[in-house]
Amino acid sequence: MLRKGIALAALGLALLAGSAQAATHPKEPEKLQWSFEGPFGKFDQAQLQRGYKVYREVCSSCHAMSQVYFRNLGQKGGPFYDSKYPNPNDNPYVKALAADIQVGDIDSETGDPIQRPATSADHFPSPFPNEAAARGANGGAIPPDLSYISKAREGGPDYIYSLLIGYVNPPAGLTIQPGQHYNPYFPGDLTASWTGKGHVPQGGVLAMPPPLSPDRVTFDDGTRSTVAQQSRDVAAFLAWAAEPKMEERKSFGLAAMIYLLILTGLVYASYRRIWRNVAH
Amino acid sequence: MSGHSTYEPKTGFERWLDLRLPIVRMAYDTAIEFPTPKNLNYWWTFGGILAICLMIQIVTGIILVMHYVPHVDHAFQSVERIMRDVNYGWLIRYMHANGASMFFVAVYIHITRNLYYGSYKAPREVLWIIGCVIYLLMMATAFMGYVLPWGQMSFHGAVVITNLLGAFPIVGESITTLLWGGFAVDNPTLNRFFALHYLLPFMIAGLVAMHIWALHVVGNNNPIGVNVKSKEDVVPFHPYYTVKDGFAILVFMLLFAYFVFYNPNILGHADNYIPANPLVTPAHIVPEWYFLPFYAILRAVPDKLGGVLAMFGAIGVLFVLPWLDTSKVRSMRYRPTARLYFFIFLVAAVVLGFCGAKLPDDPVIPGLTSFTVIDADLNSYVWLSRLATLYYFAYFLVITPLLGLTETPLPVPDSISAPVLSHPATTPAGAVASPEKKG
Repeated sequence: MLRKGIALAALGLALLAGSAQAATHPKEPEKLQWSFEGPFGKFDQAQLQRGYKVYREVCSSCHAMSQVYFRNLGQKGGPFYDSKYPNPNDNPYVKALAADIQVGDIDSETGDPIQRPATSADHFPSPFPNEAAARGANGGAIPPDLSYISKAREGGPDYIYSLLIGYVNPPAGLTIQPGQHYNPYFPGDLTASWTGKGHVPQGGVLAMPPPLSPDRVTFDDGTRSTVAQQSRDVAAFLAWAAEPKMEERKSFGLAAMIYLLILTGLVYASYRRIWRNVAH
Repeated sequence: MSGHSTYEPKTGFERWLDLRLPIVRMAYDTAIEFPTPKNLNYWWTFGGILAICLMIQIVTGIILVMHYVPHVDHAFQSVERIMRDVNYGWLIRYMHANGASMFFVAVYIHITRNLYYGSYKAPREVLWIIGCVIYLLMMATAFMGYVLPWGQMSFHGAVVITNLLGAFPIVGESITTLLWGGFAVDNPTLNRFFALHYLLPFMIAGLVAMHIWALHVVGNNNPIGVNVKSKEDVVPFHPYYTVKDGFAILVFMLLFAYFVFYNPNILGHADNYIPANPLVTPAHIVPEWYFLPFYAILRAVPDKLGGVLAMFGAIGVLFVLPWLDTSKVRSMRYRPTARLYFFIFLVAAVVLGFCGAKLPDDPVIPGLTSFTVIDADLNSYVWLSRLATLYYFAYFLVITPLLGLTETPLPVPDSISAPVLSHPATTPAGAVASPEKKG
């Protein structure tokens, strides 16, 4: 507690002294076109389904998504929404996808810990039982929860895509510790590990090795499974997971805008009429 | 302005009630019959816009409280749950979060209008001071509200700002401990911030009532800054200003709706979607945009206590502005020199906001090598903020008092209804205010 207090006080002082180190800035993420951009944008359902598969087969071995429930997959705007099943708990895809996954529970008779197939009411299970286990298995780094990652990083899906395709060999003169991986899109400060000439390289190091490789995931719709395709699809899936109500928000917004515009016009006309005889 | 009431009870019940509690009379005098200068422009609509902003914040806030859990282990998840599982929770939460920004957009325009048209001058000093208190409470409320989602910026912003109070000698440490409810920002801090965040808006609402009361005693200022002289100069508030304010409120709502529906996170910071972690400090801790000018003033002073005093002083100076301004002319329409200094002041305020978002040591002009002055390179944001801070204080403490004594204002119209002077040739230059006009 005391140590934390001292650290916090030191932090406050450091900020006040304005002595923040001029960190190197990471590379700007590549700007992609997404189907869900703009006021009328919608998610591409096929892309979300492919993205879910990438998450399920690759990312989920380390990353939790504890805010996403299986039922969300079948909600309006979700990857497996089907207008025949307005209640996502009835959606056979959702039920089958959930049943594929084992989740921890207790035996209601004995209280013993058990594993059972997930239902639509379960959230995506976490790959590690606790934070220490997550760190232990990942060289001290904790894989962040991906439920809201798309909102929690500057650049959102563009950043996620760029990071996933962005792994390159470190430039000569950059010392990379074992278990670390260089990525020019990852924010960090490489000044301390740079012995080369010229500017410190952009980017930073992270514990996650390049997770994707060609054909690592087989897409059911026959889409060619390149790293770029997988990255793009999983980034779209994560954008949906962070904002599952985006389509509802935008369609509500359209109605609200039309209503407000008409009302504004009417009130403006009344204003002109009421003030027509007042010199002002 | 606070002339006798012209309300006449129409029904038996109204007559009966009027003798016991003249509440209908009060509403009538305030919102219907209230004589309002007929030359108010759209800058005067922001008072009404602010009232709507406060109502939206209170209504959405109360609904959010029904779902929010004020505990460090659950706060972040409960906000996500509101966004995902509560019916229209995304709407309520985005309205509340963006509503705070909209509130500050409106209040900054409202304050700017006051400064430009000299609305703070006699007899409106108390009206102005109540407004300053409302603004101060708004800042406290917004800051504590930003802490509640318990994201990374919430937590580390709370750490930085509460640590500032520790700069005060003798009492500083005790105040900080009291605010924290312990020895670090933790669950007790979140709980008391939550309690205060719920309390302060109602204090604001009470002060707004006093603000409107004070307004109705002295009446509106107006763009030419000349007192109301006759019935010719005024129109009843309803329907003339209800419809004009209504139109402006709707235009403002369109802007608000754009943010809520199409760009709800653009005014926030991505780091606040990362759950708070005391052991990981974000690379750049920046407050919300509406605090950035004051954050820049804080960082411009190389001494901690000095910085804190400068930051509070930047708001404190507003309270005494009516007595710093020596000019008898209210509206800057007739003060060309003051207008020039005022526009520089606005630029300085925007520059401060810009500096607040940057790292202090980053160069303003990239690539330009300069020389070090005292503790930082001259080509750095910290020096730019020092320059702007200097101007900010000089504007209030030096320029405003001196200008009123030295400048030559343009001739001021005789009345609202006669904005063109009847005898411009016979009015000697500088003869601005006849004594009975008091500016």
